[in-house]
Amino acid sequence: MDVRAQVSMVFHLDKCIGCHTCSIACKNVWTDRKGAEYMWWNNVETKPGTGYPTAWEDQEKYKGGWEKTGDKLEVRAVGKVRGAMTVFHNPNLPTIDDYYEPFTYSYQDLFDAAEGADQPIAKPISMITGKPMKIEAGPNWDDDLGGSPVYAANDPNLENISPEERDAVFELKNLVFFYLPRICNHCVNPACVAACPSGALYKRGEDGIVLLSQERCRAWRFCVTACPYKKTYFNWGTGKSEKCILCYPRLETGQAPACFHSCVGRIRYFGVVLYDAEKLESTLAAEEKDLVMAQRKMLLDPNDPAVIAAAKSNGIGEDVLAFAQRSPVYKWVVEWGLALPLHAEHRTLPMLFYVPPLLPVMAATGEKGYDTTIEGGFLGTIDKFRLPLRYMASLFGAGNEGVVRYALRKQLAVRTYRRAVTVGDVTMEEAKKLLAEAGCSVEQAEAIYYLTSIAPVDDRFVIPPMHREEAIEMLDSPLAAKGFAGMGFRRKPERGA
Amino acid sequence: MLNVLVFAALPYVSAVLFLLVSIQRYRRDPFTFSSLSSQFLETKGLFWGSVPFHLGILTLFFGHLLGFLFPRQMTLWNLVPVRLFILEASGLAAAFLTLFGLGGLIVRRVSTPRLRTVTTPADILVYLLLLFQIVTGLWVAIALRWGSAWYTQTVVPYLWSLFKFQPEIQRVTELKLAAQLHIGGAFVLFAAFSFTRLVHALVAPVPYLWRPNQLVIWNRLRGGARF
Ligand code: HEM
Ligand code: SF4
Ligand code: SF4
Repeated sequence: MDVRAQVSMVFHLDKCIGCHTCSIACKNVWTDRKGAEYMWWNNVETKPGTGYPTAWEDQEKYKGGWEKTGDKLEVRAVGKVRGAMTVFHNPNLPTIDDYYEPFTYSYQDLFDAAEGADQPIAKPISMITGKPMKIEAGPNWDDDLGGSPVYAANDPNLENISPEERDAVFELKNLVFFYLPRICNHCVNPACVAACPSGALYKRGEDGIVLLSQERCRAWRFCVTACPYKKTYFNWGTGKSEKCILCYPRLETGQAPACFHSCVGRIRYFGVVLYDAEKLESTLAAEEKDLVMAQRKMLLDPNDPAVIAAAKSNGIGEDVLAFAQRSPVYKWVVEWGLALPLHAEHRTLPMLFYVPPLLPVMAATGEKGYDTTIEGGFLGTIDKFRLPLRYMASLFGAGNEGVVRYALRKQLAVRTYRRAVTVGDVTMEEAKKLLAEAGCSVEQAEAIYYLTSIAPVDDRFVIPPMHREEAIEMLDSPLAAKGFAGMGFRRKPERGA
Repeated sequence: MLNVLVFAALPYVSAVLFLLVSIQRYRRDPFTFSSLSSQFLETKGLFWGSVPFHLGILTLFFGHLLGFLFPRQMTLWNLVPVRLFILEASGLAAAFLTLFGLGGLIVRRVSTPRLRTVTTPADILVYLLLLFQIVTGLWVAIALRWGSAWYTQTVVPYLWSLFKFQPEIQRVTELKLAAQLHIGGAFVLFAAFSFTRLVHALVAPVPYLWRPNQLVIWNRLRGGARF
């Protein structure tokens, strides 16, 4: 057993209100710079919808992720040999127009305009050329238009659903959508790392955070193509790629990443999990529909004495183990089976998990409005889901509807149970029957309820100590580094000649 | 006097600049080592410029290098007319490919407004130097036919004499003007090399081909220190 620790995340989609506070927090801290204006390390998109960059899930176009041929895994489109052939021009690289051309407005015109009959206006100005431009896209261009056929119809996940289901999704008076906040998944098998020819991208051994060394990046830009989530970005100003750093300077001082910290809906959970690196190969060899379960099995029980012993002999400290035992992520993902990885089929083993939203289920109505009888499914039934299960499975199940159905049923049962407790229009007997059918004990239901609705910040963000202070002393003499900012860079990161 | 400057002094100046500046820049300022790709801002034109340019220039570079390292073998190869012809034709084709590509790159850069923001004076210098080099090279190839035959007899011994610190400049001062310009231009190009984006060629990612896929970096010695 080769036990590794990995910081890991859960987003509870039912709780996301699509406010973009997370995106703004990230933008203000990290990407409010020349060349990075268009980057949103954290973005929130409306589903169904095409997202950011436009139709990023369309791997026919972007060719991201891993490709499995027989037993062999290779980075699609930019592996070693294919990469060498496309280094001078990469046919699958997204360009600025796949995101959007960053813009500001000529605000000064509002003050300087000569007196006249018309109101002065501020024209949109390109932040690349500095010239006036026509705005044709933005970072959340199809925000809240998710259900509308204009944008949502191009969602690649809708490909597999039937024509009737499609019509139902786009039924105008019943438009349905939910929000999908996305950051880098800090994958266990990151395609971006494997694709980087300079070795600029790496995974931190102690916590699994995936970083991109600005000093080693040479702008071969394979990582941008390789990441199936399009979460590495090319800074056109400095000529270096960049990505989400999971706010590691915050984590190392015990604070949650900025997007977590600022999340208005409190949808985010942070914790450390343990996995067995020796099981990596067998996990990755799984059939597509088994991937979600295989990844779940790769995570180790932090209370198992054998795991604890193996972790300790691998250099994982007792305090980290104590945090792993309290990890909310382990509960959501493994104990409860409620949180699922996004697009697991790309085999990067993403370490950000999503609790699929129930909201659209409830929106399913009969002729006379909501069917609130237990027989009618009380809050609606999973199979009369407003968004077809197949659509959700395309996002969160790598095509496997079973894992999504399990997660939705259990959530539905927990809600019904809590309704029996607080409202009482469902009998406890009926509620417990639903719970039993969903494979959920009363204690578990209470725990799920607690973490969903009540948990204060310390229960949502269980940040393990990272001991950076001790690690740095092994690499650098703290005395020699006295007086430096501690950020590594001593000159302005400007474009080279 | 000019001959001594260009063919005996400049080579050493350029070699020293090339070595010292690129090493020092790599150590002090690794952030500036980048291909400075502009594909993100413009992709179609880049294909027609970058691909032919790089294929051409790399072929030419290795062709020159082969003649420099194995002059005897190249001479022997060239003894059979058909083989000489094949070598010359490939060289000429590579040169035209490079010129076509470089032309494409320049046109693209001038005609795309977005690229202006990311164009530095050093980039313009690079275009000018490369253009000069390719044009004089083509001039040599066409006007002073069978260059691959006389290159090994004149320029290669001269280059070796530079390495022995006994420059035999008469070996090149007797050549035609086109050849002299091409050689002098090469020294200028090498002198400017490490000040420009061209340093990306020095960090071409060859070791990637045998590196394992995943890269994990540990802050602490694994299994060693424990907290
Ligand atoms: C050794 C292998 C080389 C590799 C892998 C390589 C790769 C690259 C890459 C990725 C770019 C960026 C293209 C883009 O904008 O996306 C580039 C640009 C460029 N390379 Fe190379 N290169 C190599 C050798 C050379 C050599 C030997 C030269 C000339 C002496 C050269 C001259 C240039 C120039 C002038 C550009 C700028 C193109 C432009 O933006 O107009 N390269 N190269
Ligand atoms: S989400 Fe993309 S950028 Fe992040 S680790 Fe995975 S492959 Fe790399
Ligand atoms: S801050 Fe939280 S609730 Fe708001 S959009 Fe981001 S993830 Fe959703």
